[in-house]
Parts: sequence; C-alpha cells; structure tokens
Amino acid sequence: MSVLLECVGLTKKYGSTAALDNVSFTLESGKIIGLLGPNGSGKTTFIKIVNGLLTPTEGRVIIGGYEPGVETKKLVAYLPDNSYLNSWMTIRQMVALFQDFYADFRPALAFEMLEHLGIKPDCRLKTLSKGNKEKVCLILVMSRNAKLYVLDEPIAGVDPAARDYVISTIINNYNPDATVLISTHLIADVEQVLDEVLFLQNGHLLLHRSVDSIREEEGMSVDGLFREVFKW
Amino acid sequence: MQWKPDKSKPICPQISEQLCLRIAMGEFRAGERLLSVREVALSAGVNPNTVQRSFETLEQEGILYSVRGSGWYVAEDITPARAALERMWEEKTAAYVQDMTALGMDLGEVKKYVAAWLPKEDAE
Repeated sequence: MSVLLECVGLTKKYGSTAALDNVSFTLESGKIIGLLGPNGSGKTTFIKIVNGLLTPTEGRVIIGGYEPGVETKKLVAYLPDNSYLNSWMTIRQMVALFQDFYADFRPALAFEMLEHLGIKPDCRLKTLSKGNKEKVCLILVMSRNAKLYVLDEPIAGVDPAARDYVISTIINNYNPDATVLISTHLIADVEQVLDEVLFLQNGHLLLHRSVDSIREEEGMSVDGLFREVFKW
Repeated sequence: MQWKPDKSKPICPQISEQLCLRIAMGEFRAGERLLSVREVALSAGVNPNTVQRSFETLEQEGILYSVRGSGWYVAEDITPARAALERMWEEKTAAYVQDMTALGMDLGEVKKYVAAWLPKEDAE
C-alpha cells in the first residue's frame, strides 16, 4: 500500500480561532477511512483544504505527490456537503458536463447506477426529491475513476434505506488503488465499512487507528468509542 | 449471506467463523465456488478489505483456496471446517451448562431438564 495523502503540521486559522491546529497524518491507497468528529471539529475545513478551496495558514497537504491544485483535481473526486449542481439541468446534461470536466469519468457506470435506482436521466434535477438529488450527486462523484474520493456528509440528509444505498455504492466501487474518505457524525451507519478512523476535536487529531484494533483493544464499536471520547 | 456483523467485535474473525460454520453444515460444498469478496462485502455491508483478510485466514487454515483470476473455492477436504463446527458445539454446550449451574442447577438436574426438553423417542 502506498501513501496517497500526507499532511504535515496542517493549521488553518479563521482570525484568532484555529479550525485545524497542527494536524499531521498519512493516508494510504486502498482504504475506506472515516473522518469523524463533532460539529465544528474541523472536518469540512480539512476537506476544503484537500480540494484547494481553502489554503492552509501553516503546514501542507500533499496528494499523490502534489499540493492541492490542477494536478490533484485529476486525482480527487469531491462530494461537497451541499449541492452545487444546476437545478434546471437534466441528469443527462450533468453527466455530459462531468464527462467534459473529468477525463476519468465513466458515463456508462453513471447510467447503470441511475437505472438501478430507477432515476430517469431525462428528468431535471429540480424535479427530484432531496434524497434522490443526493444520490445523483453521489453517483456522479463515484462514477469518476479517481484515486481519492472525498465525501463530505454523504448520508446526513437521506433516509436509512438510502444510507444503505450509499454504503453499497461505496463498497461496489471499491478498488485497491483508490481511497475513500468519508466525513460524518453518523458513525453507527458507516463504521462496518471503514478500515480506519480519524477523530478530530477542536481542530486537533485525537486518534488515527484501524477500526478492528478499536474493537479488539477497547472491546467496543467505533460509535461506542466516539461517544466515550466525546462525552460531555 | 443474509448476515450482519456485531459492530462491537472485530469483524474479520466474525466473517471467517460464519463462513466456516456454513461450510461445515453443508451450505457450501467441497470444491464449490464462493461469492466474490465484493459480493460478500455488499451483502454483509462490510469493507471488502475485511472480507479479503477473512478469506485469507480461512485459506491458511485449509478451509478455502483461491485461484488467481477466478475466485475463492471451498477446499476439497472440509475436515478443518467440521472440526471448527464441533469446537463450536462443545463451546456452546459448555456455556449452557455453565449458565445453568450459575442459576443454581446441579449437573443431574441439567441432564434431567435437557432430557425433558427433547422429543420422547430421543430421550433416555
């Protein structure tokens, strides 16, 4: 397994508050990793730095040998926590847009996943329910043949059946060369698919461990440990 | 397999155990091709890496074997799987007897209760 992402002394300050404070870790290829932490712990700030939407105040993050920029956008498929797609477009038009933007986009896979869900490619995004809209966004992101998938809260807004769908999609698209980073606070719903977890609190990295070592050494689920660590 | 792991325990050994017991009980036959790692991961809702490690553990124990480019198969000789099943029977029985004695039964009474619970012709 090779190193895919490395961050060293990563710090992001908004004025005097540090959203991320001297965070260092490395992520390998071929893993499904949970980025966990309570609200305001720095998850989305980290994700935005990885995607080049924010620049760090100090430290750096290296993805596949590059700092976030043009080269890393070829490697990273990003699902933001809110939709950025044009609601007047049809799904077919969005697939075409993604195909234009990303050389690694696999339209056949996207249509296959849409058909599986019974979503018609010719309807406009605004006619879809919130849950179906989120599924379409996930399908578009997962249809790229990326090295790193960054999913910011992919299950927060969807019903339990749709959560299972999100998880199946992640498993189904798993490939040993790619890593999936999932940020969420709904740990119990995703923990069985994770290899590793990162716990963030107030911008600090509390732990970075394999989930089976947590179960083995602490005798509890990841959700149980999270509740223990972040108890008031 | 329609089975979900217990999230408070390591998942890898749970998958190995499930598969091993199912082989021993004849759900999968000697030499039969198994579902792919991905299919098992999907049906149990777990990480494909975990399933892969479970299969590799079972391969070391001689319960499965893999064929490059083809997949995973049940070994021709399922003795190791049977042995694991028998170990499980013993463990469950021991645990049951222990629970009953903890509830104040002596061994004679445990025997009597088991016998009374069995269908007539099987009882002593």
